[in-house]
Amino acid sequence: MTKTRFKNLAMALVITAVSFAAAGLARAEETIKVGILHSLSGTMAISETTLKDTMLMLIDEQNKKGGLLGKKLEAVVVDPASNWPLFAEKARELITKDHVVVTFGCWTSVSRKSVLPVFEELNGILFYPVQYEGEESSKNVFYTGAAPNQQAIPAVDYLMNELGVKRWVLAGTDYVYPRTTNKILKAYLIAKGVKESDIMINYTPFGHSDWQSIVSEIKKFGSAGKKTAVVSTINGDANVPFYKELGNQGISAEDIPVVAFSVGEEELSGLDTKPLVGHLAAWNYFMSVESDENDRFIRAWKKYIKDDKRVTNDPMEAHYIGFNMWVKAVEKAGTTDPAAVQEALIGVAVPNLSGGYSAMMPNHHITKPVLIGEIQDNGQFDIVWETPGLVAGDAWSDYLPGSRDLISDWRAPLSCGNYNVKTKKCSGQNY
Amino acid sequence: MDPSALQEAWKALTQKSYSKKEKAIEFIARHDGADAYPAMKAMLDGKLYFSIRDRTLFILNEENGHYTFTPLSGGQVVSQQTRRGFKKVKINNRLRTRLRQALALQQLRHDDRDLRLAAVQELLKNPDTRAARLIRNVIEREPDAAVRTAMQTLLAIMQLEDGDESAQRQAIDELAGSLNPSALNALKAYRPPDEALKNLAAAAIRKINHRRELYAHAETVFFGLSLGSVLALAAIGLAITFGVMGVINMAHGELIMIGAYTTYVIQLLMPEHIGISVIVAIPAAFVVSGLVGMVIELSVIRHLYGRPLETLLATFGVSLVLQQTVRSIFSPLNRSVETPQWMSGAFPVNEVLALTWNRFYIIIFCLTVFVALILVMKKTLLGLQVRAVSQNRLMARAMGVRSKWVDALTFGLGSGIAGMAGVALSLLTNVGPNLGQSYIIDSFMVVVFGGVGNLWGTLVAGMSLGIINKLLEPWAGAVLAKILVLVFIILFIQKRPTGLFPQRGRAAED
Repeated sequence: MTKTRFKNLAMALVITAVSFAAAGLARAEETIKVGILHSLSGTMAISETTLKDTMLMLIDEQNKKGGLLGKKLEAVVVDPASNWPLFAEKARELITKDHVVVTFGCWTSVSRKSVLPVFEELNGILFYPVQYEGEESSKNVFYTGAAPNQQAIPAVDYLMNELGVKRWVLAGTDYVYPRTTNKILKAYLIAKGVKESDIMINYTPFGHSDWQSIVSEIKKFGSAGKKTAVVSTINGDANVPFYKELGNQGISAEDIPVVAFSVGEEELSGLDTKPLVGHLAAWNYFMSVESDENDRFIRAWKKYIKDDKRVTNDPMEAHYIGFNMWVKAVEKAGTTDPAAVQEALIGVAVPNLSGGYSAMMPNHHITKPVLIGEIQDNGQFDIVWETPGLVAGDAWSDYLPGSRDLISDWRAPLSCGNYNVKTKKCSGQNY
Repeated sequence: MDPSALQEAWKALTQKSYSKKEKAIEFIARHDGADAYPAMKAMLDGKLYFSIRDRTLFILNEENGHYTFTPLSGGQVVSQQTRRGFKKVKINNRLRTRLRQALALQQLRHDDRDLRLAAVQELLKNPDTRAARLIRNVIEREPDAAVRTAMQTLLAIMQLEDGDESAQRQAIDELAGSLNPSALNALKAYRPPDEALKNLAAAAIRKINHRRELYAHAETVFFGLSLGSVLALAAIGLAITFGVMGVINMAHGELIMIGAYTTYVIQLLMPEHIGISVIVAIPAAFVVSGLVGMVIELSVIRHLYGRPLETLLATFGVSLVLQQTVRSIFSPLNRSVETPQWMSGAFPVNEVLALTWNRFYIIIFCLTVFVALILVMKKTLLGLQVRAVSQNRLMARAMGVRSKWVDALTFGLGSGIAGMAGVALSLLTNVGPNLGQSYIIDSFMVVVFGGVGNLWGTLVAGMSLGIINKLLEPWAGAVLAKILVLVFIILFIQKRPTGLFPQRGRAAED
């Protein structure tokens, strides 16, 4: 008796499973597949999980609006597990096996460098949402995060002009983004007449947790009678003990302000911000931006994630802009074919969350406003300064000797990410 | 003075432009004097609001979610449940500096000695004639020696700038005894009128630099000890499981992490008592991590005794499982453990040397845990049985020791101590799923360096590695310092494979 019932149940289960699979197959014919390549485990999960959720929300919203070209969008989520070579494997899997037409993903520069050859070989599209060191422009990558001239340079200008900073500490985690950014910043500061002896550069390993001697060194460097500031490219995790140590050693933002390029609302949510009030961050978006577009986005995000305390941050805005740009380009091209969409993307303009429009430039970077915010005791930023207009992302820095003469323009007839205006040659290498 | 101009200035604070607000603050500070003190203090604390309707200023007082707005210049007190209708007067760094300077001038006469000292130190950052004039008025009546010294330093700096020759000579003498950075900077910027004064100033600078260097060395040693105590804390648990039992436990870091998350949960449970929560967390973390450790021992490690490679792989797997479990329960985002008031800030020894409280307590905590553990090992029955089992399992069993039970308890003890280390680490660094990974290598390093199986070795090794690291750091940078320490240990182990304090004979404890 029980045996037959069990058999029946199993039978029913099998039938349901088969019909579900069939339905899934049938649906697959009609959907447009969008790849999401963000780490959901490992070190970077802390930052990247949020971006995966953001993408799922955006795709969900688009489907509620009726999808795209009459079809529904379908998200394909893979987990590269903070493992750089795995990023390349997963990217290949997304394009060749899952047939996604566009991919949103990566956080660290090294993961982007890892997937770059895959996207170029298979001619896919990658939207990269994080601020980075520049010095790259690929035909297949669209950079919606800030280039150094959209974050680092304006921040230094602010410190120099508004706060009268004369001595500089460039502190960073030891990897490619801080090293390149600091190289650019050092060249920029020296061009502005700052003496070498007034610049201190310091690198620390990933996840550095014992900041005592470095903070004490900064304190000494800053007690020489000239206004001193720290420009921090310290990566996510290591910031918490760094700021804790600053607070404990009694360095307030009035004495030595710290302007950070990797500290946003999400990083602050793991931190008691009372001792940090007044320290700065430079981004293209803050959750505290006052605009209707932003209010709507925050409401939608909190509702989607079902948590009223969750915050929004700059890379989320970058994905918001990137996704809408892609949607618009697909509509413009009338197809999801990556080659056609790549062309259609250039010149597309969509609303950003700070109340203006961002446009995709021929060098695959976008225009954005630059905002400087001061940390508040509630974990949010008060915007204290912003650029008067939009700043266009510059792939090749004007302050580095090697890249000064390079430009990037992916429109025909130039179609080159690395064109030397002096020698009139395109090196052909895009990164 | 025209009172309407002053009123204008107050009103200007409700504007958006920071430069206009700055001008207004300067104007008010110059003309309003002591009356402006409460409002300026409120503004600095972010408690100055204005009503959106008519732009009049209010001071906010918040009590258990209830907001009371007291108007600055007479009128009705508004009391409500929300902040609706009011907007904060926003300030930035520049305004904050201005406000502090203006407030410092007022605070010079405050009854609280600490506030007076803070005020003089604030003024020392940017000494001017106005501050000097005020200080000359109050210095005679100043009862506190430290405050008076700081005041004298400020006066001397001003004298150096605009006094006559004998006054300058006196000022140099005064400044030579001060450790305040402003004193040194003033001496460096000083343009002496003749050779004698020049030599005097140079000698003073040398003297100050010499003393500063001395304190810098003291500071380095303190930093080294505190890093060392963190290393030792993380490693002591391992010294039991790896050192005494010989189990290569790759999940040791995750047991630390569980201790840190226990602290977080305890703080969630008692949000009103952050101060005690850390104390409560210590036994709680010990129990939670200890239990998890015992479960690991009973379910995995027990079956793999004598097979170190399999143990290594299995515990590595366990560590990944624990990480992902925590990630699923608490989300991959870092959690914040609030540092209690009594543990934040620093104890100022003098103007160049300040010892941070949290590090200080962690050094003490580390030593306490160590002493307690030594006592457990030497004086209790469990300690006796642990030592017996690790020395000769068969003999111990023949004497009636339940060796399996002792194994589980020993592993639980080591794990529990790892959990207590997690409580300390939660106050220093990120509480996230990866917390343990960053300490596992260091822990093994300390235990191996100190000599496997020797608790004293672990303590000494932790402390010396901490100090070596901190000595190298300013000279070689943080990245290179870590590498150099590793190279040093590799060379050391080549020379003395058994570590600093090798085990003698077959004893786990000597």
